[in-house]
Amino acid sequence: MTEPLLRVENLAKRFGATLACADVSFVLRPGEVLGIVGESGAGKTTLLRCLAGQLRPTAGRVLYRTRHEGEVDVYAIAEPARRLLLRTDWGIVHQNPRDGLRLEVSAGGNVGERLMAVGARHYGKIRNEVSDWLTRVELDPARIDQYPETFSGGMQQRVQIARNLVTKPRLLFLDEPTGGLDVSVQATLLDLLRSLVGSLGIAAVLVTHDLGVVRLLAHRLVVMKDGRIVEHGLTDQVLDDPQHPYTQLLVSSILPV
Amino acid sequence: MSNPKPTMIEVRELAKTFVLHARGATIPVFADIGFDVDAGECLVLAGPSGIGKSTLLRSLYANYRPQRGSIRVRHGGGWVDLAAAQPHEVLDVRRRAIGYVSQFLRVIPRVTTRDLVAEPLVALGLDADVARARAEALLLRLNIPAPLWSLPPATFSGGEQQRVNLARVFVVDYPIYLLDEPTASLDAENRAIVVALLVEARNRGAAMVGIFHDREVRAEVGTRTLDLADLQRAA
Repeated sequence: MTEPLLRVENLAKRFGATLACADVSFVLRPGEVLGIVGESGAGKTTLLRCLAGQLRPTAGRVLYRTRHEGEVDVYAIAEPARRLLLRTDWGIVHQNPRDGLRLEVSAGGNVGERLMAVGARHYGKIRNEVSDWLTRVELDPARIDQYPETFSGGMQQRVQIARNLVTKPRLLFLDEPTGGLDVSVQATLLDLLRSLVGSLGIAAVLVTHDLGVVRLLAHRLVVMKDGRIVEHGLTDQVLDDPQHPYTQLLVSSILPV
Repeated sequence: MSNPKPTMIEVRELAKTFVLHARGATIPVFADIGFDVDAGECLVLAGPSGIGKSTLLRSLYANYRPQRGSIRVRHGGGWVDLAAAQPHEVLDVRRRAIGYVSQFLRVIPRVTTRDLVAEPLVALGLDADVARARAEALLLRLNIPAPLWSLPPATFSGGEQQRVNLARVFVVDYPIYLLDEPTASLDAENRAIVVALLVEARNRGAAMVGIFHDREVRAEVGTRTLDLADLQRAA
């Protein structure tokens, strides 16, 4: 079996006296999608930001296996190296597309600048690849020069996904990627993410409070309560045979359709 | 390799109890189950409703997590104990060794019937067009009309969904199949088609464990019976 892509060891984050998350350990293998679920305030987004190199943890380590230099401690390497990782190997899809897009740049520019960050220089080639990616996320490539402001929320989210996938990252961080969208738009996005992540073999950490979303996308699940992992396992094990009282409460609270 | 009917599944001292924390209830389902299933045989799980047949079947797929015991399955030239395996090992066993036909099809929004059935083959690395062609051949055999292949099965009848569910599993030649009432909502004609498919897989050497409420299906597909009520009385 392939070696882990990401290893998290005893990670903790405090804000002053407040403990946001603690004792978090897990491994993620290439191509694996890990869901993190739990109610608001459970520490999910804080954990995701710590994993994604955006928020230095108070304790513990985040180890990432790079393409050429073996495993690195994400917070022990220099800031420029960490930023390079973020631009090339990783992608982050924020719940609010406005946090992940540059609003003063066209949709095409938003996608293309990630390509330029990894060294693409030929304008025609970049434009063609961007066009191709807009089509793949089911956006009209004729709108390549329009600004994100002119797009709906669901369309902005698709621009954000294209922006993150265009450099073929090995690891994707998704924070409530379908939160705040219509269910029909959600279904489109989930289907897109499912097929793209599956066909490209991308590993992903997905934070959500929607158990339907993890059922569809995640291989494995981690359940968080008050900043700690209370249960983990294969997604279907955790949802169909929950062991911890909190997971049982969470699963039994879903409204049937 | 000389044994034409090797053992494929080996269950020992298996115990499963549900603990419902909110109600302070502990529900023991079974305490000490052991059996083997060989290639080419179909073990029928019998006993009254509520005795734990589906729970046992789900445990064999590592969907439910037993409290004690082992579920060893032959996989990749060795054995994997599903009760103790790491998540990625379980996923690999499910991808390549065990097909599980649940009672209900889990529909994926926007995914067509053809792609839903082809998906397990694509996951094994098969070319998407080849996988789709095999999916179509099986859908045809299972009496799902071609105009439906391009639609997601969400709006299909119960019987159609059940056959799509079967197609999604039997599109792969797994060495092991777990079947939870695979003919429950089928009419006589379609039931006969499904029985022929199951018998064919069994004769090819697949090991099967199934729950069949239909007596005729049980007689034609099953080769041996494990009565969970007997086990409970013995315990």
